[in-house]
Amino acid sequence: MSRLASTFAEFKQSGHKALIPFITAGDPSREFTVPMMHAMVEAGADIIELGVPFSDPMADGPVIQRASERALAHKMSLRHTLEVVSEFRSSNQNTPVVLMGYANPIEAMGYENFAQAAENAGVDGVLTVDLPPEEASECATLLKAHNIDQIFLLAPNSNIDRIKKMDALGSGFLYYVSVKGVTGAGHLDTGDVKRKLTDIRANTQLPVGIGFGIKDAETAKVIANLGDAVVVGSALISKIEENLDSPEQAKQEITELLKSMRLAMDSQG
Amino acid sequence: MTETTNSYDMPDERGHFGPYGGLFIAETLIPAVEELDEAYQKYMTDPEFMAELDKDFQHYVGRPSPLYHAERWTRELGGAQIYLKREDLNHTGAHKINNTIGQILLAKRMGKKRIIAETGAGQHGVATATVCARLGLECVVYMGAVDVVRQKLNVYRMQLLGAKVVAVESGSKTLKDALNEAIRDWVTNVDTTFYIIGTAAGPAPYPAMVRDFQSIIGREAKQQCLAQAGKLPDALLACIGGGSNAIGLFYPFIDDADVRMIGVEAAGDGIETGRHSAPLCAGRPGILHGNRTYLMEGDDGEIIETHSISAGLDYPGVGPEHAWLKDIGRAEYVSITDDEAVEGFHALTKMEGIIPALESSHAMAYTLKLAPTMKQDEILIVNLSGRGDKDMHTMAEREGIKI
Repeated sequence: MSRLASTFAEFKQSGHKALIPFITAGDPSREFTVPMMHAMVEAGADIIELGVPFSDPMADGPVIQRASERALAHKMSLRHTLEVVSEFRSSNQNTPVVLMGYANPIEAMGYENFAQAAENAGVDGVLTVDLPPEEASECATLLKAHNIDQIFLLAPNSNIDRIKKMDALGSGFLYYVSVKGVTGAGHLDTGDVKRKLTDIRANTQLPVGIGFGIKDAETAKVIANLGDAVVVGSALISKIEENLDSPEQAKQEITELLKSMRLAMDSQG
Repeated sequence: MTETTNSYDMPDERGHFGPYGGLFIAETLIPAVEELDEAYQKYMTDPEFMAELDKDFQHYVGRPSPLYHAERWTRELGGAQIYLKREDLNHTGAHKINNTIGQILLAKRMGKKRIIAETGAGQHGVATATVCARLGLECVVYMGAVDVVRQKLNVYRMQLLGAKVVAVESGSKTLKDALNEAIRDWVTNVDTTFYIIGTAAGPAPYPAMVRDFQSIIGREAKQQCLAQAGKLPDALLACIGGGSNAIGLFYPFIDDADVRMIGVEAAGDGIETGRHSAPLCAGRPGILHGNRTYLMEGDDGEIIETHSISAGLDYPGVGPEHAWLKDIGRAEYVSITDDEAVEGFHALTKMEGIIPALESSHAMAYTLKLAPTMKQDEILIVNLSGRGDKDMHTMAEREGIKI
């Protein structure tokens, strides 16, 4: 069983909801990322999602676009992101790490090379925004052979057929994009999420993480009630952006926000 | 038995041209492209739709565009008979409207009320704003902030036509970033919005659909060439950014194996400088903007900045069908530098009294090289994809003239 699968199996037993923070590797500097990952685990993160910087992040809103630009400015790449994971793994063997990014850096490295390097680094899941099931079977098969889960995104307008497709090809968990829009969008409707989750649950046994538009403890709590995991990204990266001259301050504000989310998610009985 | 092995039938049903093309997009857009594909499959064989398209081509665009025998230029160069396919004479001044007319008719039938587009030189933006004005539809055009400055005239034209032009400040602030921003808009407003992509690239079905709308160029050229010269051409020449004017000219000739097809990419300051926009000549396959194709990218798969004197060619990718035609050897791809393109611009202007767009000037510049190497009884058709009015500012500035 993959690290993601066993993590979620354990949580299912205990009723624990996973908190998944997202930061972009190398933002604002390469040195910032690994200590930040450890700090997030301490603050209550169960799984870490690490953004792979890309020059053309088409599905991302301005906050994550700028994070990518900052990371690319000092030549952060997929190779370096894998090094970051490796370094994190040297002192944490339990917390699953999921890479989130776009297809081209993987394509440039070669799918087989990537799957091997990702396994060596200790990556547990890969979420590629522009690799829908139609184009993902080669990649998913290779990843599976290296014990890595291919995680798919589901959208508000994904129909039952598509949910079934992702269920068949994906593993680890499914990531439900709670709004039609880019990351960091501000119009999440929990009623809509609730209705959609009914459809999703009816068609997959995979755990469901929910993300896009979750900014505070209150929303995290509501969303945790609906899914198995809550993903928060832009709200954290905003803290980095607001404190570019003081990474320590950014780190502190991110941990505080995560702690408040953790507390809210755990307080629902 | 019907012989089918030699007949070209790309793409496959999932939009692949060999390993190229495909559907590399975010999940939220899948229902939108599926809906579009359904409409495209349905209406491209619908006689009523095709009749409306033909009517608009004839009475609104001004088709057929002439195939003009450039006799003086032919004599001057002393080789092949040069024929110019005059897409510059279309309404709005370029081939772009062939595609926007087609896509807007689809949008109308699909009940979409809001149209978005990306633009580089502004020609596609103008062609989109034009058809939106005609049908009274809301139109938002994304344009890189750098291009907004170098193509002021077209920005004003779009605004006159009622479009909202959004200057994109992210990334390199050129065409690729305009595409990124248009895709973000599309994801956000997917239910109401139709995205008119301007070139034969993007997720399926766009590459094939844009090709089909643009292939009116090649169908006419074939007929006109047979009527005027009594035979098929020996070679076709067209400039390539995304490659819609080229594929439009080439496609109806693909099964005519004796017709050479040559695409001209922008070599900018020179391929060796790295400052160019020639992915087919100097790039490698990768994934961007919904399709797999040749790209300009760094070692780690990051897309690198491109350069060309012509905003319309300043793009790091190319339509996936060109990638395939290159790999199978059916088409040849060459490149022309900024300086050579300027030479081509002046050559056509002086010899034939026709001022070409800087994009098309790349094809003109290659004509200067190719025509003299061909025999006098051979025919070379060059796609004059757009007129140069929009480039007066760029040319004047380059030559130190204040206007």
